[in-house]
Amino acid sequence: MTDYLTIAGVRLTSRLFVGTGKFASYDLIPKVIEASRTQVVTVALRRIDFDTPGENMLEYIPKDVIVMPNTSGARNAEEAARIARIAREAGCGNWVKIEVITDQKYLLPDNIETIKATEILAKEGFVVLPYMSPDLMAAKRMVDAGAAAVMPLGAPIGTNRGLKTKELLRILIEEIEAPIVVDAGIGRPSEAVEALEMGAAAVLVNTAIATADDPVLMAEAFGQAVEIGRKAYLAGPGATSEYAAASSPLTGFLSQ
Amino acid sequence: MTFYDEMQRYNNPELRERINSATKPEIERVINRKTALTVGDFAKLLAPLASDYLEEMARRASMITLQHFGRTVLLYTPLYLSNYCVNHCVYCGFNYTNSIPRRKLSLAEVEAEAEAIAKTGLKHLLILTGESRRHSPVDYIRECVQVLKKYFSSISIEIYPLGVEEYAQLIKAGVDGLTIYQEVYSETAYAGFHPGGPKRNYRFRLEAPERAGAAGIRTINIGALLGLHDWRSEAFFTGLHAYYLQQKFPEIEISLSVPRIRPEVGGFTPESPVSDRELVQIILAFRLFLPRVGITLSTRESPRMRDHLIKLGVTKVSAGSLTTVGGHSEAEPGIGQFEIADRRSVQEMYQAITRLGYKPIYKDWHLLEA
Repeated sequence: MTDYLTIAGVRLTSRLFVGTGKFASYDLIPKVIEASRTQVVTVALRRIDFDTPGENMLEYIPKDVIVMPNTSGARNAEEAARIARIAREAGCGNWVKIEVITDQKYLLPDNIETIKATEILAKEGFVVLPYMSPDLMAAKRMVDAGAAAVMPLGAPIGTNRGLKTKELLRILIEEIEAPIVVDAGIGRPSEAVEALEMGAAAVLVNTAIATADDPVLMAEAFGQAVEIGRKAYLAGPGATSEYAAASSPLTGFLSQ
Repeated sequence: MTFYDEMQRYNNPELRERINSATKPEIERVINRKTALTVGDFAKLLAPLASDYLEEMARRASMITLQHFGRTVLLYTPLYLSNYCVNHCVYCGFNYTNSIPRRKLSLAEVEAEAEAIAKTGLKHLLILTGESRRHSPVDYIRECVQVLKKYFSSISIEIYPLGVEEYAQLIKAGVDGLTIYQEVYSETAYAGFHPGGPKRNYRFRLEAPERAGAAGIRTINIGALLGLHDWRSEAFFTGLHAYYLQQKFPEIEISLSVPRIRPEVGGFTPESPVSDRELVQIILAFRLFLPRVGITLSTRESPRMRDHLIKLGVTKVSAGSLTTVGGHSEAEPGIGQFEIADRRSVQEMYQAITRLGYKPIYKDWHLLEA
């Protein structure tokens, strides 16, 4: 049985999305992609240098990998839409990660503007994956507006603090039909395993790989982590219990 | 309510005492705190005793910077459009009492400079003028921006303070960043250093970032000219100003500069020079207090200092800099605003950053044309 993650009709075998910011060298990027076996890579349009040979991040991404430009720097829906259009016109395909951040202190996403941007861009034919704060109503509205998947944060960007929003993520996973991709905050492969075990469709990782002592080895570890987490989810872990299976301290009398 | 009012809450003799009296256990607690630092914590990091903890602070600063900015350093260069000036800043080479050749670039010269700079790969440009509404009015700057935006993806201005409407005009033309140094936060010291010209108006300058914020600017870079006045209180107010702007304009990317005064044609000697150790303490205190704020380092610092400071929290450096009007496309540049200390070309700077294990970034913004 092959287990696919399908987004906008594309069947992905890897459940790891990788971000390209923060690397010490662009030469690392193809190696990280290969080691992690990721099929979706996000790139900030603001960082794509179309003019200088060797400085264009896109040259380092293999052709069979989906490039998902992100709208980093957008302060509202309109700016996000403009960035997405520029990226598409520049040949970056039609996937887009919406990132609208009106708070430079914690870099938390603005869900309201993100909903608006999702609506605008989905109507224009983009495959829209909005980065968001895990809020059920906001996620529903994004899906209603045409989001192909929803990307809630596990913890603020760059903090490597893991699944701090776990209870809210659980609700999103239970209630939202579209794939849930946990984006931001995942600092260790074990946390990626946990997200996938919970039923997240995928995770997006950047800082934890880019700032590791050996980014390529860490990329490989994350690639394996999502496979393990997904297998555990599919296997359906047994229910946990505080008591040993044989004992029924409260209802045991019924069978006596 | 502006930053001027906010400052008054701290602007008293107790501030110096508060900074100076921090004890070692207090400083250790601040360095090891996992949650956001308060203004009071920040003051402790500027204390005399905190200089015993530079290595500990540096380790933490380095880690925080890596987390938030990764192994990347953004490159930019300044372009002086004009050195006509009506101000009398006693520390500045462009001071109107200095008899240096005055010049302003024509639009054709601006284009030639832009071509020469763009060839180096740079995409972030900082344009500067002296203060002269006659020689370098807002309209002239706007026309220059129209030319420059064909070559650069981010254009910041370091010019005299403007009104909200004027900032809005330049933003509409393609400017996305404002750099403005208060020079001296102490109002009394400020008056002494700025005896003539419109720059005497302390408050109009202090509140300029807020006017640019109201006009919709995307990035703001502030700083104090280190060496003019007691550095502990100057650094404190610089950090407080950044913190205030971050609270008031959460959508704006704020960054800090730490310019140490350099020799200039007028022969000014700073009364309160800042040592290398003290400069490092300032940078580290900024980074620990404001983890996501950018820290900019110009060619006022030597190659050796710059290379080391990149690891301590600096996120943006200038390269291939000149402080003369023009000079990128012509053989004989004139007299500069101050002497630069790091003459490395863009290519040399690129290689130096790469050797340090960082990725030099040319482009970190994309002009959003309607």
